[in-house]
This record gives sequence, structure tokens and C-alpha cells, in this order.
Amino acid sequence: MPTNSQPAGFWKRNQMKIAPYVFLAPGALMFLIYVLIPIVQSIWISFQDWDGLGPKTWVGLANYVELLDDDTFYVALKNNLLWLGLYLLAIPMGLAAALFLNQNVWGIRLYKSLFFFPFVISQVVVGLMFTWFYAPDFGLFSQAIKWLTGSEVAILADERYVTYGIIAAGLWPQTAYCMILYLTGLNNLNAEQIEAARMDNARGWRLLRHVILPQLAPATFIAMVVTVIGALRSFDLVSIMTAGGPYGSSQVLSYFMYEQALSEYGYRMGYGAAIAVVLFLIMMVFITLFIVRMIAQERNR
Amino acid sequence: MTLTKALTGLALSAFLMGTAAFAGEITINSDQSDPTPKKAMEELIADFQAKYPDITVKWNNFDHEGYKAAIRNFLTADPPDVAAWYAGNRMEPFVKAGLFEDVSDVWAANGLDDQLKSAASSMTIDGKKWGVPYTYYQWGIYYRKDLFEQNGITAPKNWAELLGACEKLKAAGIAPFAIGTKALWPTAGWFDYLDLRVNGYEFHMDLTAGKIPYTDPRVKAVFEKWAELVKPGYFIENHAAIDWQDAIPQMVQGKAAMYLMGNFAVATMKDGGLTEDQIGFMQFPEITAGIPMSEDAPTDTFHIPAGAKNKADAKTFLAYLASPEAQAKMNATLGQLPVNNQAAKPTDTFLEAGFTMLSNAHALAQFYDRDAPAEMAKAGMEGFQEFMVKPDDLDRILERLEKIRAKVYK
Repeated sequence: MPTNSQPAGFWKRNQMKIAPYVFLAPGALMFLIYVLIPIVQSIWISFQDWDGLGPKTWVGLANYVELLDDDTFYVALKNNLLWLGLYLLAIPMGLAAALFLNQNVWGIRLYKSLFFFPFVISQVVVGLMFTWFYAPDFGLFSQAIKWLTGSEVAILADERYVTYGIIAAGLWPQTAYCMILYLTGLNNLNAEQIEAARMDNARGWRLLRHVILPQLAPATFIAMVVTVIGALRSFDLVSIMTAGGPYGSSQVLSYFMYEQALSEYGYRMGYGAAIAVVLFLIMMVFITLFIVRMIAQERNR
Repeated sequence: MTLTKALTGLALSAFLMGTAAFAGEITINSDQSDPTPKKAMEELIADFQAKYPDITVKWNNFDHEGYKAAIRNFLTADPPDVAAWYAGNRMEPFVKAGLFEDVSDVWAANGLDDQLKSAASSMTIDGKKWGVPYTYYQWGIYYRKDLFEQNGITAPKNWAELLGACEKLKAAGIAPFAIGTKALWPTAGWFDYLDLRVNGYEFHMDLTAGKIPYTDPRVKAVFEKWAELVKPGYFIENHAAIDWQDAIPQMVQGKAAMYLMGNFAVATMKDGGLTEDQIGFMQFPEITAGIPMSEDAPTDTFHIPAGAKNKADAKTFLAYLASPEAQAKMNATLGQLPVNNQAAKPTDTFLEAGFTMLSNAHALAQFYDRDAPAEMAKAGMEGFQEFMVKPDDLDRILERLEKIRAKVYK
């Protein structure tokens, strides 16, 4: 008994301190291996000239200097900003859809499922569907435009419209995503508050603006986060619908990175890594904002 | 009892397989994922095994697109004994990285310098041969014979005649040329041929090797010829939105009359409902008089990785692959042309025309995206596509290409 007490005593004394770390360890390890180390490696590679096969050569900031002189980079950056701005439309659209569906009618579950459907199917399928939708000659959209204006517009082949066309395709599933976030939010509304507001004669727009929306703030926050991140990593739709074309005008940073580093025409790992680092820094701005807000909220509790 | 038997059997087969690996086994990695190339490859391997029963062939067939990424990994990590790839500048990075074996001795021992003469220059880097070509196919203008007859057009032999034909077709409400540029590479066929006809093969090779600036007036002259087709609207509309196959229906429906393409397009045209009598083939017409006619003929090849374990048997395989009999049989299945000039002539009308054309060619280019380094090719083809949509922006496009050229070939 006395011989045993020493180690047991150590564990007992420190159990409360050690246990959290033990529970954290698997997650932290994964995070280290799959997130932190690759980030450091990417930054490291971005200072090299490397084709993925031969030896790496240290080139310092040359990749970044080249990037600043690359027209495609600015096209991609501009398109990323477009994505960021327009993708946020998914939030009000999702809210509208959620408010519309938040009623008790026969078969509402079916309608909800149908509205949620675009988020369930793969982005690749969404991209293909919209490609056919826009296709000249047989696409529904271009037929409609032809019927309305008399001339055909090939959305995905026209540098003026191509990015908007892809964003529209992206908004379809993203709206569904925001909708589902709001629908769950609407389920948890405080009925008493609404009752009280109604007694004070608030209805319609004012009820929504001053009573419902503040209660939906957590849902809005999450919708914001996923939409901003979704906009910045828009890759699958661009890849499926246009591959950055026509002549690079629908390029976005993530696809540009892939094309330079990993596609048949590239294998410039260092340059691709430099693009990834720039994208990472842009994302960091938003991630920092979100995290600061989250920490502030937790403190206020 | 049965378990013991099964285990013995298992051990025995493992033992046999183990020994087979020592007594002449070669591993081949290739990307014949489509049904026809797959069948041709299966026949080739079966025939090779019948001739050399002591060599066992292990064949890993990769998906065509995935292969381009996979080869970079397996050449360094786990090299096979034979690997499929392409001629020209496409093999240069692997040759320069020391990943391909010099096979000049296979060429010398089998008289290939003579028999594979048409592809010899595209297999040579630093004076050595780095692989064996086994198939290629011609490019040229495929046209609707019946539409030509209806509009009183004969196959154009020079640029003026081509422009005349285009004018007639356009007046008859038919788009002269079908093309789909979404995947970019169909535009490169046009650039290659215009450059080969305006400036010739040597200039084209210098350009794709980065020795000539894109802002050179001779390069601009190529685009000016091209503009003579683009500006009057001699290509179908909205070509940037569609793939090359999607432009074929327009030709089948009689909305377009000509298509500058590789010979593989014939199969798609026939699938679309055109009969052999409706399709004609012609060589790309002459532009600058006196420049010898060179052609695009992308060549597929097999190589021995530098890290191969069984190089002796791999060389036997390459020598067999180069032989007239093997090439004739394989290409009959593929519907393409044998590189070996001793091989039996193909019987198909279009292939026969192509065989004659390529045999008499001054030289063979590999296609822009194989002749030029990958990065330049990508930027170049984007420029070609942009030019076909906005021909007035030529100067800006050429300046951008020149900027990229300066970067790529340093």
C-alpha cells in the first residue's frame, strides 16, 4: 500500500491538469501534421525554384516578385474579390428562403428537402448542370436569352460574363447551405419575445429587423464564415466549368495555384506555393476577424 | 487436409511467381485507358510473349489523364522497366533530369535510324535517342465533300483558293470552319500549320525552342494570315464555349464545312452519321510559295526509365515494338499510322492519304503543346484563343506572350 501511493498520488494530484492535454493530444497531433507543418512547408517551398522532381534552388523572394508582375495574378485577385462580394448574397437569399419555408403547411418537409437538395449534390454535378444550362445552341439559359433578345450569349465563353456565370452556379448550393443554417436558427427562436413584440404591435419588417434578426445572429455569423471561406476557396466550379478560361479570364487564386503547381502545364511548385501563401494571407485577414469576434463573445458570456 | 493443400498451393504459386520475377520479368507502365488503344496494347503484349516466352510482361495500365501526374512519381519512386510517353520537348524534362535511359544502341542494332527516320529527329536530344516511337497520326483539313460539290468548290491548294472557298461557303450560309476551343489545344493546330506554311519548319522549331521573340514581325505575319479567316467570321460562333467534339454536329448538320483536326476526328464524324463518301481530306494549303511542306504528326513513344531493373529485356521489348510487323499490327488496331517505313501500308482511305502525306513531308512537328515547354504552351494557346475572339488585340496578346517567353526560357 505505501509503495503504491507515490505514483497514484502523482496522478491524483495532477489529474485535473494533465487530463485536458491528454484529450487534446490526438487532435493537436493531427492539426500539427495535417495543417501546421504543411503551412510551414508551403511557405518554405515558396522561396524555392522547384519542378517537383529535380533539386530545389533557393530563389528568395523571386517567386513573389514574379507574381507581382503576372497579369493572371491580378485577374485572379479581381475575380476573387468578385466572388467574395457576390457570394455573400447567399446569406440574404438563404434567409429569405428560410423565412419562406418556416411555416406549417402540408408537405413542408418535402419542400425543405428540395430546397436543400443543391447542397447535397456534388459541386462537380452543379458545375456540369450549369455548363449545360449556359451552353450555346441547346442550353436552356441561352435559349431563353435568344428568345428575349434575339441574339445568343455564350456566358462561359465571354470574358465579360463568365465569372458572374460561375458565381451564379456557386450561389445555388451556397444559398441552400445558408438556408439550412437559418432554418435551425428559426427553430430556436424565443417564442415569448415574439409574443411580447406582437403585443407591442410590431409586425412585418420591423419585427424581422429588431426582434428576429438579433436572435438569428449566431446563424448569420456561421453563414458569414462558411460563405467567405467558400468564396475564397472556389475551385471545383472554376475547374469544371471553364478551367479558368476563356483565355484565363475566369481565373481565381486557388485554381491559378493548382494550374501552376500541379497541372500538366505547370509543375512550378515554388511559384504555386507563393500563390498559396498569398491566398493564405488573404484568408488570414478574415479568419483573424472571425476569431477575434468569437473570443470577444466568449469573454462577454 | 484441404487447408494444407491450399496453403501448399499458395506457397508454390508464390514461389513460382517469385522465380519468374528473376527470370526475365519486365514491368510496363502506360496509359492506354481507352478501349481501342487498350486492345492494341493487349495484342502487342500477347505477340511479344509468344515470340519471347521466357520474358514475362507485367502491364500496369493507367488512366490517360492521371498518367501525366503519375509518371512523375513512379519514375523516381518505383520505376518500371518500360514507360509510355511522348516525343519532342515533352520528354525533355525527364531526359534532362536523368530519368530516361539512352537507347541509341537499340536504334543502331536494329537499323532504326533508317526505318524510323521520319521520327528520328523528335526522339533525339543531345545527339542520343531516348525512346522508340510506335505510332503517329496526321493532321489536316477534313471537309464535307458533298457541300463542296454543291457550292462548286474544289479542294483549295493555296491560300487564295482557301479564302475563295470560305467566301463562297459563307455566302451560302455555311460556316467555313468548325472548331471548339474550350480545351485550348485545337487552336494550336491552326497556329502550327499557319506558322509552318508562312515561315517553315525551321522557324517554327526555333520559335517553340524560345529562340525567337513573339513580337517578331514574322510571328505577327502568321497572325495576320489567321486574321484573314477570323475577321470575316469564317469560324463558327461561340467556339470558346465548346469542346472539339461539340463542333462536329455542326459539320454533320451541314452548318460547317471544314475542320482542321487530327485523324481521330474521322471516327467521331462517322459516329455522328457522316458516310465515308461525304468526308474529304486535304493537306493544309500552301501559303508562302516555295516553303517545303511540313506537317504536324504527334508521336507516341515508349522509354526505358533510368532506374529500370531489367534493362536487357526492356531493350528486347523496345526492339520488338520498333519492328515493322509489330507496328503494322498495332496501328491497324489503333487506326493510326506506323512510324516504321517498312511496315505494311494501312488500308483505310484517310490513313493511306496521311501515310503518303507524312512520308513525303519535309519534317514533322509534334504539335505546339509538345514542341514548346508546357508553361509556354499553356500561355500560347490561351493567347491563340483570345486572338480568335478578339483579333484586334493582337499586339497586346503578343506582348504578353513575349513576356512569358522571356520568363520560361531563361
